[in-house]
Parts: sequence; structure tokens; C-alpha cells
Amino acid sequence: MFRRLSRWVLTLPVALMVAGLAGCGSGTGSGATATSAAGAGAKEVTVFAAASLTGTFTELGKVFESAHPGTTVRFNFGSSATLAQQIVQGAPADVFAAASPATMKTVTDASPAGSPASFARNKLQIAVPADNPAKVDELKDLAGPGVKVALCAEQVPCGAAAAKALGAAGLKVTPVTLEQDVKATLTKVELGEVDAALVYRTDVIASGGKVRGIAFPEADQAVNDYPIATLAEAPAGEAARQFVDLVLSQQGRDVLTKAGFEVP
Amino acid sequence: MSAPVQEQPGQARPRREVSSRLPWILVVPALAGLAFLVLPLAGLLVRAPWSTLPQRLAEPHVLEALRLSLVTATVATAACLLLGVPLAWLLARVEFPGRRVVRALVTVPLVLPPVVGGVALLLVLGRRGLAGQWLESSFGITLPFTTAGVIIAEAFVAMPFLVISVEGALRGADQRFEEAAATLGASRWTVFRRVTLPMVMPGVVAGAVLCWARALGEFGATITFAGNFPGTTRTMPLAVYLALETDPEAAIVLSLVLLAVSVVILASLRDRWVSAP
Repeated sequence: MFRRLSRWVLTLPVALMVAGLAGCGSGTGSGATATSAAGAGAKEVTVFAAASLTGTFTELGKVFESAHPGTTVRFNFGSSATLAQQIVQGAPADVFAAASPATMKTVTDASPAGSPASFARNKLQIAVPADNPAKVDELKDLAGPGVKVALCAEQVPCGAAAAKALGAAGLKVTPVTLEQDVKATLTKVELGEVDAALVYRTDVIASGGKVRGIAFPEADQAVNDYPIATLAEAPAGEAARQFVDLVLSQQGRDVLTKAGFEVP
Repeated sequence: MSAPVQEQPGQARPRREVSSRLPWILVVPALAGLAFLVLPLAGLLVRAPWSTLPQRLAEPHVLEALRLSLVTATVATAACLLLGVPLAWLLARVEFPGRRVVRALVTVPLVLPPVVGGVALLLVLGRRGLAGQWLESSFGITLPFTTAGVIIAEAFVAMPFLVISVEGALRGADQRFEEAAATLGASRWTVFRRVTLPMVMPGVVAGAVLCWARALGEFGATITFAGNFPGTTRTMPLAVYLALETDPEAAIVLSLVLLAVSVVILASLRDRWVSAP
């Protein structure tokens, strides 16, 4: 009798603790409970998008979520080439928005996907620090002696575009670094570590005045098209198509042009 | 010291008794843990393009990255020895206020995300950085985007490994030998050189090897601070990262090289590191 009682005395606090923990869990994890409570209506759309789309797609994601209550949009932003490899290796993505048709092709070659639609176009600009210490005014200044230039590596779309533009201008530029994505390249300009870089017009705008952008005519020969496609195994199915529709809609075009993209 | 009554040198302890009492509740998760750590590495071996491996390894850009990695890791280790051994000695042998704080600060790079280390280096030693500005205006030296920048990034991340190892050895060493040498008239420098250093040599070697291995694998601080340009700053880990963008097989090959080097290093070090005083 006493032994049984003492066992209860011991068990009770443990039971209370467990109950308390469970209570805490449901209290703090309100987000998780909300999604599961919504039941069959709750969906998650996973979008893999090029790093240069970070601002615009985050905005479009919010638009989408408010138009489709119960659906959340999750983004994986990164270098298009890296994202393409992740998808090919089986990452669970519903939508892929790439910064170049070549990276999209990597994905569509590996597995069937909805036909890619071109939704935006980006042009290169020369980005220089606000005080422009090396007095860079045009593309050929990048080849000048002592001018430190950062470019994207040719393996990523901004680097391929830079190589094309420099090729069109017949210029040979030796950069001090080949960065792995356009944001890293821009950062080197923002910090003043390089005198100039070739980045997208949209990135110059997004930097909010920390760098100055200089347009150059050869940029027209290195225009980057951004394709978007739903993926064959898209777990979100219909919601994924709706997100792509939003990007291609007038509302999507407005967000993109505001950020400095050209829209086909 | 357990009772050594019947134990003879070279004779194994009675194993049977231990194995019959194997606590499975520990063994199962232990094996799962082992598999978790080893399987990804095995995956590299399985997916490696063995047939084209020799050609791929002989490609100029691979050799260039490998050479750069070996040179920078070695120079960084030398720099760490030069600065880190005295630092370890200071921490182990000299009482000064705030020593605990200093010791904590020394180990910060161990847990700091390397990218943060790279940003910090850029803000201090970059062209517009606190010290970098002065370096450029006075001496015309800029460190980012140079091989020297790679060495600095690697040394920053790897030095704590050396300091911790040497400090541990110094604390474990018997100070009476140093005192004896001092009473016999040896100067402090002689005591350090002829008594202390030889005593802790295994610790220094172990620390240096770990430091070298860490420097060889450095990625985040390097790509942030030193950039990425073939022949100057593109070390093996950077080459792996970039190869993954277009040619995953090349990335696997490069990863294999780093894996092989690391395993050889750590395996050769096992006894020294684990049983360090």
C-alpha cells in the first residue's frame, strides 16, 4: 500500500512535467498547429529561385499567401547552378526560377518539367563604389592598369553574361576575384574592396545607393533571360502552377519592373 | 590504477566478461552514430568516377588548386607555430588578470562560422578596413585577393587548434624540470628552448598537424576575405564548391583528394592526439 503510494508520489511530478511540456509545445508552436489544423486545405509551395530574385520573389510570395489563405510559400534562394544541382539530386522543389536558360536546361534534361516560360530579363551594369575611386566611366576602364575588378565566376549566369559582354566589347579584363554569385560580387564593391564589378541592374537598384550603376552599350548583347517552370514531381501540384501564373501575371510584372527587371 | 596483481605486460584484459555484458542500449545508437558519420564519406567513394580519375587529377587547374592549398596551409601552419606556441606558453605559464577571458577569445575562431571570420578580416584588413587602410596608404599593401590573404584567413581559423593542443601539453608537463634548470642558472629563454619545448614536443607536433589539416580545409573565411581566383586564391575547397556548379563529378574527385589527405593526417595522429596528457 505504502509502496504503491510512494510510486504515485514519484510519478505525479513526472506526469505533470510531461503535461506542462506538452502545453508549452502547443502554446509556442502555434504556427505548426495552425497548418495542421487547416487540414487538407493547407499546402506548401517550395520555390527554388535565383539569388537575384530574392527581393521580388519574397514580395510575390507574400502576395500569393494572402490570395491563397492556408498556403505557404517557402523559398530556397541561391546560385541558379547550385539550385539546379540540388533539384537534379532530388531536392523536393515545386517551382524553379533560374537566372539563365542554361541552368534551367540542366533541370529539364534530368527530369520532365512543365515547359519553362521566360518571365524576366536582366541586364548588366558596371557597379562602382559611391566615390568611384578608380574613375570608372565605361566598360573599357575595367581593363585599365591598377583597376581592381570583381566578376562572377563563368560557371554562374552573371559570370557567363559578363564574359559575353566583355567578349562583345573585345576587352580582356583580369579580375582580382571570381565570386560564386552576384550578391557576393556586389558586396565586394559595397565594401570598397574592388573598384568595379559587373552585376545586374537589379542588384545595383537593390543596394539602395551604396553603389553606383553605370550602363554600357555592350550589355545589350548579354541579356539574361529568366525562365520559370513547375517541376514534374511538384508535390504541391496545382498551387505550384498558380504561383507560376502569379509571376507571369500583370501583378508579377509590376513587382519585377519596379525592381529593375525588363519583362518580355 | 586498478589492481595490477596478475596482469602482465602485453597480456590482454579478460575480454569475454566485457562482451557478455554489452549494454545494447548503448551499442545500437553508437553504431548508428558511426554509420551517420562514415556513410556520407563512403558515398563519395561509391559515386567517384574511378575510370577517369587519373586524367581528372592531372588537369592543370586541379594541380594548381592542390599546389596552392598545400603551400598556403603549410605557410599558415608555420605562422601559427611562430605566434601560437608563445601564446600557448603565455596562457599556460603566466598568471595575469583576465587570463580566462583571453583563453576564451583565443578559442573563438573554433566555433565562429568561418564566413564571419572572413567578414571580420575584411573589415579590419580589407582595403577600406581599420588596419588595411593604413597598410595600403603607408606601404601599398592590400591583402584581399592575394595569396597572403589566403594564408591569413587559414591561420585565423586554424591557430586555435595549435594553441589548445600546446597549452594542454604545457599544463600536463612537470614544471619541476623547468625550476631545476632555472636554479642551475639557465636563463628563461634557455629553459624554454632546452627544457620546456622538448618536453611538450608531441603536443606541438599534434597541434601543428591538426592546424595544417584545418588550414587545408578552410573555405568560408578564404572565399570571403581572399576571394576566388585561379592560381592566386582558389584553393581546393573553393575549387570543389565551384566545380559543383557545373561538373559534380569534378567536385567529387576534388573532394576525394581532400578526404584522403585528411584521413591520412588524422589516422597518423590518432594516438598522439587522443592520449595527449
